[in-house]
Amino acid sequence: MKKLPVYLVMMLLSAVMLYPLLWLLGASFKSNREIFSSVWFIPESIDFGIWKNAWKTVTPFTMGHYFANTFKIIIPKMIFAVTSSVLVAYGFSRFDFPLKKFFSALLVIGMLMPAIVKIMPMFLFWRDTGLLDTYVPLVFPALLAEEGMFIFILIRFFDSVPREFDEAARLDGCGTIKTLFFVLLPCIKPAVTSIAVFTFLWTMNDFLNPLIIIQSVEKYPLSLALRLSVDSTGQSYEQCRIIAVSVIGLIPSVAVFALAQKKFVSGITAGGLSG
Amino acid sequence: MRKGVNSLKHRQYKNPVGVGKYTGLLLISPFIAGFILFTLYPFVCSFVLGMTDYRSAGEPKFIGLENYKTMLSSENFRKALGVTLKYAAILVPLKLIVSLLTALLLNLEIKGIVFFRTAFYIPSILGANLAVVIMWQYLFTADGLVNQFLELFGASPVSWYGDPDASIYIIILLRLWEFGSTMVIFLAALRDIPRELYDAAKVDGCGFIRSFFSITLPQIKKVIFINLILQTISALQEFNAPYMITGGGPLRSTYTVGMLIYDEMFKYSETGYANAVSWVLFAVIALAVGLMYLVTGRRERDRS
Repeated sequence: MKKLPVYLVMMLLSAVMLYPLLWLLGASFKSNREIFSSVWFIPESIDFGIWKNAWKTVTPFTMGHYFANTFKIIIPKMIFAVTSSVLVAYGFSRFDFPLKKFFSALLVIGMLMPAIVKIMPMFLFWRDTGLLDTYVPLVFPALLAEEGMFIFILIRFFDSVPREFDEAARLDGCGTIKTLFFVLLPCIKPAVTSIAVFTFLWTMNDFLNPLIIIQSVEKYPLSLALRLSVDSTGQSYEQCRIIAVSVIGLIPSVAVFALAQKKFVSGITAGGLSG
Repeated sequence: MRKGVNSLKHRQYKNPVGVGKYTGLLLISPFIAGFILFTLYPFVCSFVLGMTDYRSAGEPKFIGLENYKTMLSSENFRKALGVTLKYAAILVPLKLIVSLLTALLLNLEIKGIVFFRTAFYIPSILGANLAVVIMWQYLFTADGLVNQFLELFGASPVSWYGDPDASIYIIILLRLWEFGSTMVIFLAALRDIPRELYDAAKVDGCGFIRSFFSITLPQIKKVIFINLILQTISALQEFNAPYMITGGGPLRSTYTVGMLIYDEMFKYSETGYANAVSWVLFAVIALAVGLMYLVTGRRERDRS
């Protein structure tokens, strides 16, 4: 019973944390009038008409189109991010090479650089290469292990695998790449999952990069389509529609988080983003 | 291994048999290329552009420190810098305290920890999503959820979007609500503290508060520092939330340096000036991080 106050605090805090999300879900079925007249999140009646309307969007395209666009960015990005950061972390964790200390320092420096300084030169760079309004600027950086955080998590996991594993594999005739694939990768699966999930969620959330790179509505990912729905319905006060669009837009993130939750959270806790 | 081989010129690389010293380099080559292209290049480029009058078309002309002079005398810039610093100064300590306290509670070995941990973590995952940012906007309208709750408890409603003193708290509360990712890092660090330390303290008659200050805090000092730096860097760059929620208003009370840079670049095409501003922001961040490093480093030296 000594822990009762702790429980009460935790319950209250969970309520505060989750209520806005529940309210958002409930509000997506509510009329404009109801949204602003009741604190309670459960709607008076469930009207899927609002969702249907939201799915059509105010643009010539349905939300399905924007989902497809987003996945055209996310799927290659996940593959690239995982591949490149696994290779780089493997190099840092298992091999000795010239200037290793120097490159390790660069890894930290890269993480401390504010993204906002990079955004304009990169815009000019992609403009001059003629690749603006394509997905290349959004996907390509993942191929070059742009996310220092991922490399850190993976190095930690690689370091926790005993070196005897590699040596045994080498004795059995595995080369550098085979050792990685058949011996080490199975050991660091939770970390790989975390990275894939992080890439998914962060790309889903990314707003500033697409805002600068993508110009034609036809190629908009979900986040830009969301902004568009706010801009173009803002005048007519169709709040219920905007909220429904938002909720639909959150479904993939919630689904992926729910599916990967266990492995994912244990991955970050064990990998200790704590550095 | 013979010692003589380890001269400077012929350093021995500790690699598995048959693996040369360039294998590792080859493996990390994506990172090297990425660093040059996506960190070093934009960095140098923005520094150079900051010294020109480039307006995203035509030939840039070198004008030295002119942009920085303009900035110093610009009311807009000073206001934006003030807003950004105030925002970070309120948000970062608040977020660190809330995440540390919650992590301490979660570390008490209570039942249902997985549920609580997930509940606290979800907002930090979804919070950056534009959908949630849009929702946040509605929570603070005149008859929105927050004011409805305030009235429920007998408080008078706040004009969040009309009051220049209140508006910044819409953004601060949003980011505070996302404390989960910071909390998870603290939680991992707390788990790493050896139990024996607490047992020994108990034998010596230390209470909860005492052992917090003499065991927990010193043990997680490094992680506090890392969280402090990560949070400061992201707070000083805030752009999405004010851009979507308040548009910088009212009276520029939520107009951050991040927004100023975006507007100068994409609204007014003042590329040169925008780059100069982003370099000043970088200098402010570097200064803040350096200062924190010095302060925590000095404490360490005093102790030993």
